[in-house]
Amino acid sequence: MKHTSRKWSLRVIVIGYLAVLVGLPVGYLFIKAFSHGLGAFWSEVTKPNAVAALKLSAEVALIAVPVNTVIGIGAALLLAKKKFFGSRALTLAFDIPVAVSPIIIGVALILAYSRIGWFGGWLSKNGITILFSPVGIVMATMAVSLPYVLRSVLPVLIEVGKDQEQAARTLGAGPFRTFWQITLPAIRWGVLYGVTLTIARTLGEFGAVLVVSGDITGKTQTLPIYIFAVWDQSYDTIGAFAGALVLASISIVALMILSSLRARERKLHVDLA
Amino acid sequence: MDLPANPSSSLLGAPPARNGWRRFAVRLRASSGAIGGGSLIVGYLSIIVLIPIAAVVAHGFSFSIHTDGWGAAFWHWHLSAGFGTFWSDVTQPAAISAIRLSLWLSLSVAAINAVMGIAIAWVLVRDSFHGKWFVEAFIDLPFALPTIVVGVVLLFLFGTQSPLHIDLFETWMGLMVALLFVTLPFSVRAVQPVLASLDGEAEAAAKSLGAGGLRTFVSVVLPSLWPAVLGGFGLAFARAIGEFGSISLIAGGIGRTTTASSYIYNLTQGFLWTNAAAVSTALLVLSLIVLIASNVFARRVQHRLAP
Amino acid sequence: MSISLSRLTKRYGPNAVVDDVNVEIPEGSLTAILGPSGSGKSTLLKLIAGLEVPDEGRVIIEGDDVTDVDPRYRDIGFCFQHYAPFRHMNVSKNIGFGLRVRKQPKDVIDVKVRELLELVKLEDKANSYPAQLSGGERQRMALARALAIEPRVLLLDEPFGALDAIVRTELRHFVKELHQQIKVTTILVTHDQDEAMEVADQLLIMHAGKIEQAGEPTELYERPATEFVHSFLGPTTLFKGVAVRPHDLELMSPSVGTIEGVVTSIMELGFEIQVTVTLSDGSTPWVQMSRNEFRALGITESSPVSVRERVAP
Repeated sequence: MKHTSRKWSLRVIVIGYLAVLVGLPVGYLFIKAFSHGLGAFWSEVTKPNAVAALKLSAEVALIAVPVNTVIGIGAALLLAKKKFFGSRALTLAFDIPVAVSPIIIGVALILAYSRIGWFGGWLSKNGITILFSPVGIVMATMAVSLPYVLRSVLPVLIEVGKDQEQAARTLGAGPFRTFWQITLPAIRWGVLYGVTLTIARTLGEFGAVLVVSGDITGKTQTLPIYIFAVWDQSYDTIGAFAGALVLASISIVALMILSSLRARERKLHVDLA
Repeated sequence: MDLPANPSSSLLGAPPARNGWRRFAVRLRASSGAIGGGSLIVGYLSIIVLIPIAAVVAHGFSFSIHTDGWGAAFWHWHLSAGFGTFWSDVTQPAAISAIRLSLWLSLSVAAINAVMGIAIAWVLVRDSFHGKWFVEAFIDLPFALPTIVVGVVLLFLFGTQSPLHIDLFETWMGLMVALLFVTLPFSVRAVQPVLASLDGEAEAAAKSLGAGGLRTFVSVVLPSLWPAVLGGFGLAFARAIGEFGSISLIAGGIGRTTTASSYIYNLTQGFLWTNAAAVSTALLVLSLIVLIASNVFARRVQHRLAP
Repeated sequence: MSISLSRLTKRYGPNAVVDDVNVEIPEGSLTAILGPSGSGKSTLLKLIAGLEVPDEGRVIIEGDDVTDVDPRYRDIGFCFQHYAPFRHMNVSKNIGFGLRVRKQPKDVIDVKVRELLELVKLEDKANSYPAQLSGGERQRMALARALAIEPRVLLLDEPFGALDAIVRTELRHFVKELHQQIKVTTILVTHDQDEAMEVADQLLIMHAGKIEQAGEPTELYERPATEFVHSFLGPTTLFKGVAVRPHDLELMSPSVGTIEGVVTSIMELGFEIQVTVTLSDGSTPWVQMSRNEFRALGITESSPVSVRERVAP
């Protein structure tokens, strides 16, 4: 009896904590966004500025995600093969964006590449501006979403091991074929997981982009910035919530993909014994 | 089945090679891909992360290099270092209170979620009930949600127009709720796999020797969880101390609820770049210290568990 | 000679894992490289395959010096202990992989794959995935995959190590029969001496990176060159300071011209009896005999006996 009552009280505490901390805000988001009806929601979401912001976010993601995916897989291949001098430093360097405040990352990019920064003079002579420009936004986004692919691919790569690749080599496959036909398929769930995380992070980045954008009006607004601007300047509740819901929905879809990947991975482990 | 030699894949009659040089050349060619790829990766990292961070630290100490055009980057640069300005920037009363606020908030939040993280991980691993998968997915929600979304929602839910009549606007409690929300996944996911890998034998042994539930937990389970808990603490702390988007709205105007990141942001809005760099550097150092400390403690406990 | 290894050496740090190995492997033979773990046998196999690069020495396959040649071009087939299946491909695609690399036309590949499936008796698993196969089936698939490219040499790295005893024996026979049929030079690495003795025409005993002895299994068993080989290949006991086989000793009632001693223990193992004796010179050899012999002797513990080597009839 004592055993089950303790089990139940723990369950209640945990579920209660989660319900208040996580469930409440998420539920409220949905309620508030539709509080003035579906029509109001839709008109907010289809406002030209909102659509432009979504478009910019998508374009930034289209650049940042593939780049970080390639870099992440490349780094995973390097780190899994051999323990070379500096491999520890490399792993550490990848983890920096996760440990550092996005505001600081924004400041860092400004101080390195904008007109007042180190390379600013040379860059502006060649027509590249960082502050107030999409280039800066892309760089900031690439920086904050850097490590996710590496972190999810590396353990999978290590677990898969070298045997399959060596077998392919003995059968006559060269390095490219081995990578495309053998290695990549073997790590594909890790890659998918990492890419999904990267997309979520890329679309949702706020602090670093805010600093790099300079001010929040104008043509360089990603969706998160737009949400902030809508609230900060016009106190437009529905507008802010509508945008927030769109963003949140993308994240929730990403989450569902991630959890189904995790469940599948658990099942796979049983098969491969 | 006959086995004729297969011409398309047979050897092209490589001449007998000497040892040494030829072998080195073969090895070099084999790793040239790795060297090339590695350079690309290091180059990318430098541009995106390493150089900018270096720029922050340098500017914080007013250590600056000015370039005026391509050739000028190499020939015309002047150095200046201002350790004095660093200290004065960092010890401004507003800066100190912002850093202090971020510090104690992050430590408390990391600690609270360390405890709750264990509890949640326990229920996820050891308990089973309908809809557990839903709870499992829930844990990752704060990780996936954009910070501004969190900020907006919390502002309305716990702000001046709160439907629950809970007004946490411009209060430390409000900041805490936001930080607890965003750091939750780190605490749970750090502990969960370790808990899942425990096979329960040690616990069964303790119980057979007469230990009760709580005692078993404290003396058998907890010690093996410590490294993971400390690791999770470090991660949660690092996330909390740098958090901006989710707390910036509920924090309100400049005042008692300005965290370090908000303070730095305000500085950038005023174009006070050197000050911003200085405080950023201080924050970086602080995070580094806590991260290293929690890693060291985690490893030390780990060693004691498995020498 | 199919394969020639000369002065082959591979070091990890200061240790020579493969130490100055010189060996000739006859064409068409089934050679087993036998040794305890850490003896370097897997590394030796990988050197032959090209999956490891030697620090010194040369590897020559059918007259071609392949020492600096990538494994892709060596025309070898390799099977791993854990099968290394391409998990995302079904059995047919696995087997056909090497043929696709060589850009053979699809219909040719289909025919070859079908032949191989018959050969390894996996016809009904053609579209199954490795995860759905048993360990023995996975290894058979690996064999078919390696043989598909018609290699000059087939290399098997502890291929039965991960299987349970019954499947291991089945597969052992299977490989032997396959070899009779196909006659490709095969090298099998193992630490199981029963396996090596049963399957191989040629045996190489490896110890600490060196080849202790090479030759036919019966020859190594009956005339071991070193003490290591003697004790590794079969039961060993010391008699008159020399390592001998326990079944080459016999017990009798104490008599002149033999070493005398006292029975200290008797172990009955099915149809064999093992009798340990303490001799007057202090040594304690054990003797192996049949039940009938034992009954005829009529001895018990503490019986006085004599020990001598059996005389060939």
